[in-house]
Amino acid sequence: MGIIEGRYGPNVVITSVDKLFNWSRSRSLWPITFGLACCAIEMMATSASRFDLDRLGIFFRPTPRQSDVMLVSGTVTVKMAERIKRLYEQMADPKWVISMGSCANSGGPYWEYGYHVVKGVDLIIPVDVYIPGCPPRPEALIDAFIQLQEKIERETIAKKV
Amino acid sequence: MPLTIEDVATRLSTQLNISLSLEPNSPAPLIIIPADLLRDASKFLRDDDALRFESLNCITGVERAGAYEIVITLYSATIPLMLNLKVKATGEDPAIPSVTDIWPAADWHEREVFDMFGIRFEGHYDHRRILCADDWEGFPLRKDYQPPLFFHNIPVTVNVPGGLQIPLTRIAK
Repeated sequence: MGIIEGRYGPNVVITSVDKLFNWSRSRSLWPITFGLACCAIEMMATSASRFDLDRLGIFFRPTPRQSDVMLVSGTVTVKMAERIKRLYEQMADPKWVISMGSCANSGGPYWEYGYHVVKGVDLIIPVDVYIPGCPPRPEALIDAFIQLQEKIERETIAKKV
Repeated sequence: MPLTIEDVATRLSTQLNISLSLEPNSPAPLIIIPADLLRDASKFLRDDDALRFESLNCITGVERAGAYEIVITLYSATIPLMLNLKVKATGEDPAIPSVTDIWPAADWHEREVFDMFGIRFEGHYDHRRILCADDWEGFPLRKDYQPPLFFHNIPVTVNVPGGLQIPLTRIAK
């Protein structure tokens, strides 16, 4: 991406390749398997048969090397924050982050008196989509994935959106 | 006629040759044990044929008026009876003997009490923190605990007493 970044406008080659890349990237979002707290229970429910994330091409991978999306599902403690950052850095580009629930967004109920909770995972890693809720319903998580798909479809290889 | 808490206290005080105080208004049967007799009392409670307190349910800590109390919850399926032992520890570096070799279940409970209150368990084979990070400073459930402002450059406290606010720099995509 670095060689052509900023050197070409939206010509016919770039836009055609964009369309192919964005279609394939947004239709095979593979999140990394890890859950932090009660939001992870909703995440598991979303990937199980009733809500069935598989129908959107989304299924969990057991290693950061094969993952595209990091789903931060729950309370980020300072002890876990360093592990999360390391897992994020181990993921190959392009990569996206979904922050799920109040704890991952801002620290949630541990905002003022939690001595061990990070006040939002965006202090550690950049976040693409935030889901409010404590915990969010599976429908909200599916909506976050659809919003992330729409965001990916606006990206271009010539310039990162 | 099954043994009552009074019978257990009588047997224990005869064995240890001291007078034991029983807290009558406690929600659960509770015997106060001096720290230096804890291991003798524990071995007797576990090994005596009539008592057989073979199951350790929980170890927890309380800070009360500058002193620490460690409450050990035992269960005997033979009597059957649930029994609490209370051990007191004081000072800046409180310590009581470990009971991990008597009840292996005490292992992680003692580490948690150490992690939260800083009470050392002398004789524990793997004495280190269990929940907080290994290089965490201070013991969070002590009454005079002040959380750190930063831990490894991650802001931990947002509202410091005195009105100072720590600015949070969120990473933009």
